[in-house]
Amino acid sequence: MSTIIKATNISKVYHKTTIPVHALNKLSVNIEEGEFTAIVGPSGCGKTTLLNILGGLDQPTEGKVEIAGTDISTMKDSELIDFRLKNIGFVFQAYNLIPVLTAIENVEFIMLLQKRNKKERHTRAMELLERMDISDKANNKPSQLSGGQQQRVAVARALASKPRFILADEPTANLDSASTSNLLDLMAKMNLEQNATFIFSTHDQRVMDKARRIITLEDGAIVSDVKR
Amino acid sequence: MYLILAWRNIWRNKRRSLITILSITFAVLLACVMRSMQLGSYERMIENAVRFYTGYIQIHKDGYWNDKVIDNSFEFDSVKLSKVNSLKGVQTYVPRIESFALSSYKSQTKGALIMGVDPERENELTRVKDKLLEGIYLKAKDDGVLLSQGLANYLKATVGDTIVLLGQGYHGANAAGLFPVRGIVKFAMPQQNNQLIYMSLEKAQWFYAADNLITSAALVIDDPDDAQKITKEIREIYKGDAYEIMDWKELVPDLVQSIELDNISGKVMLWILYLVIGFGMFGTYLMMTAERQYEFGVMIAVGMKRLQLQVIVLLEITMMTSIGVLLGILMSLPALTYFHINPIYFGDEAAKAIENFGVEAVYAFSLDPVIFTNQAYAIFIMAIVLAGYPIWSIYKMKPVESMRP
Repeated sequence: MSTIIKATNISKVYHKTTIPVHALNKLSVNIEEGEFTAIVGPSGCGKTTLLNILGGLDQPTEGKVEIAGTDISTMKDSELIDFRLKNIGFVFQAYNLIPVLTAIENVEFIMLLQKRNKKERHTRAMELLERMDISDKANNKPSQLSGGQQQRVAVARALASKPRFILADEPTANLDSASTSNLLDLMAKMNLEQNATFIFSTHDQRVMDKARRIITLEDGAIVSDVKR
Repeated sequence: MYLILAWRNIWRNKRRSLITILSITFAVLLACVMRSMQLGSYERMIENAVRFYTGYIQIHKDGYWNDKVIDNSFEFDSVKLSKVNSLKGVQTYVPRIESFALSSYKSQTKGALIMGVDPERENELTRVKDKLLEGIYLKAKDDGVLLSQGLANYLKATVGDTIVLLGQGYHGANAAGLFPVRGIVKFAMPQQNNQLIYMSLEKAQWFYAADNLITSAALVIDDPDDAQKITKEIREIYKGDAYEIMDWKELVPDLVQSIELDNISGKVMLWILYLVIGFGMFGTYLMMTAERQYEFGVMIAVGMKRLQLQVIVLLEITMMTSIGVLLGILMSLPALTYFHINPIYFGDEAAKAIENFGVEAVYAFSLDPVIFTNQAYAIFIMAIVLAGYPIWSIYKMKPVESMRP
């Protein structure tokens, strides 16, 4: 397996008040291709900050993040947007589908940004919705879908761009247990069948149970890193 | 898909979008009506003063315009005038001899403006035949006169009566004569309606002892916008000679100035209207930007370029503006067309009061396309300027901060 993410000595300090807040403290971590990793820890330990930095949404105050050998810590904003589009899939806690687009249009949207042709977009979007077991709702708008269904569309959207890895920030936080179990099974299936790399931040024990690697954070530093 | 996205985004908040669109519609409708009425009145005033009186260009002896006396007349040179007539855009020329005289009938006397004209040519310019209330129009070399309605009323003279004219002719000669009234004509402009007397050119030249002399040659041209260009060309023909060639803006400077002044006040009113609507539009854009911060953040996070997002927002604004502008124009068109064909005339009392100011008592409406295109440009420019806020907001947006709950 090759290393997809290599984060070295990353620190993140927020200066929102007079007292600086150290969200991450000289943290180093490597993520390999095909991993199904959960980042866990108490609130405020730096999980979301780490995910944001690994996803190129935020820049570390110190340290370096390499994605597939490319240093993203020094990239310009426009370069980062392009890099994210080609390399990273995102799943958010609140699903964040585009409300005015249907399920299939939401999935196609990412591929549109990648300038893929209409036929390819449609075929891949339908295929992903089928894999996520939601193709029957392809023409429904997000408001017509349950939370679990929306999150399955969001995962399909994240996979649509054929990213190197998918970052999921508390993806099950708003779901009931049946939807959570269903979503996790589907993601685990995608991980096994397509070798898709998933990195979660979570408090959810059910996600932790499914994860094959659990990284525990405390006060912005890794306190344990267990592979199963 | 950008168009679909923009279109559907507009209807996410139907009520707000409708209010914005209707406010634009209302502004365009009001602005179109205001401008149509204003420009319609100007057109009417210019038409009355220029099209139906002075003509768009006049040729005089140098100095005549400042000292309008019969001694400043010039010889009627048909060769030169034929050259002028052959210029592109010139329909015809209308020779005139104009001066003042005292008009009298029985015990009534009043100063009058005598206009000696070639009846057929004059009719091509001023359509004076159409203004005939009673009697018949003048023939070439006619011995009679046409009285303007106001003057006829004052003199208490009517068709068939004979009036006395008394004045000073060329180089101090006495000018006196009896003239049968052939007809009564009505002019829209009170200044004309209260003092004009038409007679044939030959009879006027005889009256003023000014054989083969005219005081002006007014020109009928195809397009009033070509007046300045044609004026320059005529100046070339009359180069070196002691003539003055004036276009209509020089002929009626008071009218031009009063129109310009009134036009400014109309524009100020429009700006105030746009300002009010602009605040409404800005409020919408402000809300639209504020409530979609999270969504914008997500879109940028998943890989949408800021420029693409800005284009979508600009499309939304352009679509809303286009709908509003189109609706406004479409709603104003039937009413303006109706009032363009059927101008609103004031009632008797109000009409008298207004005519005392020397203005025709009518609300005329213009259908000049500029009225509609200018409102569209103004609203679009305003929308684009105001769109600067959401565009700037997207430019400055940090996805991590936007997506923070």
